[in-house]
Amino acid sequence: MSHAEAALRHQAEFAKTTLGFWVYLMTDCVLFACLFATYAVLRGGTAGGPTGAQLFDLNFILIETLLLLASSLTTGIALVGLAAKQTKLIWASLGLTFLLGAGFLGMELYEFGVLLAEGHGPQASAFLTAYFTLVGTHGFHIAVGLLWLLVLVYFLYKRGVTSSFEKRLTMFALFWHFLDIIWIFIFTLVYLMGALS
Amino acid sequence: MTDSKKLMRSYLIGFVLSLGLTLIAFVLTTIQSDFQGKAYPDLPLAVALVTLAITQLIVQLLFFFHLGHEAKPRLNLASFLFMLMVVGIVAFGSLWIMYHLNYNMMPHEVETYIQQEENIELDSSNDHEHHH
Repeated sequence: MSHAEAALRHQAEFAKTTLGFWVYLMTDCVLFACLFATYAVLRGGTAGGPTGAQLFDLNFILIETLLLLASSLTTGIALVGLAAKQTKLIWASLGLTFLLGAGFLGMELYEFGVLLAEGHGPQASAFLTAYFTLVGTHGFHIAVGLLWLLVLVYFLYKRGVTSSFEKRLTMFALFWHFLDIIWIFIFTLVYLMGALS
Repeated sequence: MTDSKKLMRSYLIGFVLSLGLTLIAFVLTTIQSDFQGKAYPDLPLAVALVTLAITQLIVQLLFFFHLGHEAKPRLNLASFLFMLMVVGIVAFGSLWIMYHLNYNMMPHEVETYIQQEENIELDSSNDHEHHH
């Protein structure tokens, strides 16, 4: 196969994978939409217990939000490193992405832990069930993303920047940006609106 | 400007805009909740928050996802729009149905009480709660 043919092959592969992954992300959006709709319906069902306004700490959530937003930026920077063929930049930005993402997840687990310890777990009321399911599903996606990131970094270390790595890093970036977008709606509809009620 | 510099610019602009929109949303909420505690957020504030969220969504779609900039056929854009339609139906439909379900399942005593207290006619059809 000539050089030109190989290049075209790679491009076609890349385009196919990108579209396929994108369609998966769209189905994930529908999943989250269902969880949001459920939350919207059930948020009033506090069973005499606390509401969101009484449970949410907005400063805490602001920091979480900033961590995740920053990790979205660093993921983008990794793609810049890819385009500019600067492997050191890829390493640095992926490392930062992991730290920021792990920070977010750690804070969220802490938040859940506090709620559970105080008896405000998902079994306490319909509102809390819906809240834990929605936010927990997002958190689970973040955890899987972090795992994926570790695997990516491992293969970067083992095999360097291959076309396969380029493809997978790009898909990871799509996934990570998508999670930040879902979070925008979580912090707006759940935390901010909740704190106002 | 090289491709990678353009790309970097795109991410930096997207980040700064998103940061701004996020901070505005948080500040608005904090100011509001310092001044009053109501059963539901003010409609204007709720609209503002949702608008900020949707704006940030569009910012991130453009600057992080580069949506709409792909070559034709724009399948990414197409599947995105389709997803929006499905989400619209599911979300709006759920809220609409559940609101009406809630209303239609109202116990007879509560309905009578509300009618007496507020001197209004709640519903012209008399037997909506007797469909057992």
